[in-house]
Amino acid sequence: MNKEILLAGFGGQGILFAGKVLAYCGLMDKKELSWLPSYGPEMRGGTANCSVCISDEPIASPLVTEPDLMMAMNQPSFEKFINKVKAGGKAFIDSTLVSLKSDRKEVECHYIPATQLATDNNINGTANIILIGKMIKESGMFSFDTIKKALEKCISPKRINLLGINLKAVEIGMSV
Amino acid sequence: MKGNEALAEAAIRAGCRCYFGYPITPQTEIAAYMAKRMPKEGRVFLQAESEIAAINMVLGAASAGVRAMTSSSSPGISLKSEGVSYIAGSDLPCVIINVQRGGPGLGGIQPSQSDYWQATKALGHGDFQLLVYAPSSVQEMVDMVIKAFDNADKYRMPAMILADGLLGQMMEPVSFPEIQNNQTYKPWATNGHGNKRPHNIINSLFLQADQLEKLNFERFKRYEIVKEECPEAETYMTEDADIIVAAYGAVARIAKSAVHRAREMGIKAGLVRPITLWPFPSEIIKKSTENAKSILVTEMSMGQMVDDIKLAVECKIPVHFYGRTGGVVPTPDEVLNEIKKLGGAQ
Repeated sequence: MNKEILLAGFGGQGILFAGKVLAYCGLMDKKELSWLPSYGPEMRGGTANCSVCISDEPIASPLVTEPDLMMAMNQPSFEKFINKVKAGGKAFIDSTLVSLKSDRKEVECHYIPATQLATDNNINGTANIILIGKMIKESGMFSFDTIKKALEKCISPKRINLLGINLKAVEIGMSV
Repeated sequence: MKGNEALAEAAIRAGCRCYFGYPITPQTEIAAYMAKRMPKEGRVFLQAESEIAAINMVLGAASAGVRAMTSSSSPGISLKSEGVSYIAGSDLPCVIINVQRGGPGLGGIQPSQSDYWQATKALGHGDFQLLVYAPSSVQEMVDMVIKAFDNADKYRMPAMILADGLLGQMMEPVSFPEIQNNQTYKPWATNGHGNKRPHNIINSLFLQADQLEKLNFERFKRYEIVKEECPEAETYMTEDADIIVAAYGAVARIAKSAVHRAREMGIKAGLVRPITLWPFPSEIIKKSTENAKSILVTEMSMGQMVDDIKLAVECKIPVHFYGRTGGVVPTPDEVLNEIKKLGGAQ
């Protein structure tokens, strides 16, 4: 496996956390991985994005400029990154927040109303994890078991009560 | 683990007894991690009132013979330069971390390598050098901080980890080595002795010119040993390479991706990566580039390492440069384009 993943959205949507969950999935499955966040001006209220590389081989460049998998949680991120996705790659878009559609035929676009789904299921704030659930299912990268273990590691002991809603979000993501 | 946190944990395991710091992006996680962990280990964490105060506290702690560290990012390191010179002048060991950001001035907060000259040539006034290590992965942040403490003690000189914002913020898996012995016997330390031995004095003021000269001569004799024993570099696919990319730190990984892609296209590219920036691994670079037709230096600066590479190869091979600066990180594609240009020119 060699996957380059780019996650993007507004600061506060859990973009970096979603990336961390993917990185820990890689760790659980004993893959090589890197997680590189944007920091600085973006984190202070603008767009946030995060590069994750997961591979069987040691990772050379941790920068992701042409992702295999891309997740967009707002319109600016969608516009900025959709044309960078590799041909044959997959994009996961929160269609509650992004109204545009891509006309790229060689990219498999999944439009998931993740924010709406989170609200409907009373698990507000987990749209990011719904999209991650969809991503790991469509890419076949990781099993539910792996992401469960990863979430147990990523959520701090103080907030472990949030594990349940995150697992529910994964289930929703994997089933839509 | 994040690079900054891994580095802090490694410092604790390496026996760092005192950490003095002052927050600045992109290295603040080091101070935050130390604030949490050091008191639990019964050691000293202190947020100083300024960078200058922090480095002078390091001078004090190092004088007492304990392992001491401070960390900052580019503008903060400039502030520390007076203290670093005093530490070097007093022949004290310590570890200084620079998680570089764009400059000059307050600059920006994105990754950069534009403090190369400062770290390797003149981090303060006077005749002195620092050991400078340039990690290129989170694992190396760990390994090098341990080595920096050991070698700082061994040669009685300050050692620097020259990282950048990208490495500090990046998360990768790490493993921490078992450390058996993390303290060195320091007969020169001013640590209290109940009149059982003559007084030790730590000082960097010597008004007699010949006395000061003697000390400088002695220090530079020690540097000759360091130059023998310490240079390190990684070479990658250099044996048959026509074009060799020279890069250090995070940029070396970006360059490695570019080298992979160039090889896929049939261009014989290779990579040489200085691991110690002072002492500069000139011999290794010279040897590994013997058969190359050209060298491409790639950095996140305006080309601060170019001269050292030219000296290493004695200007026998053309040395080209591609760099981004101000916090912009070059992409593998950009480096590949430069390799292609050089490949096509032959």
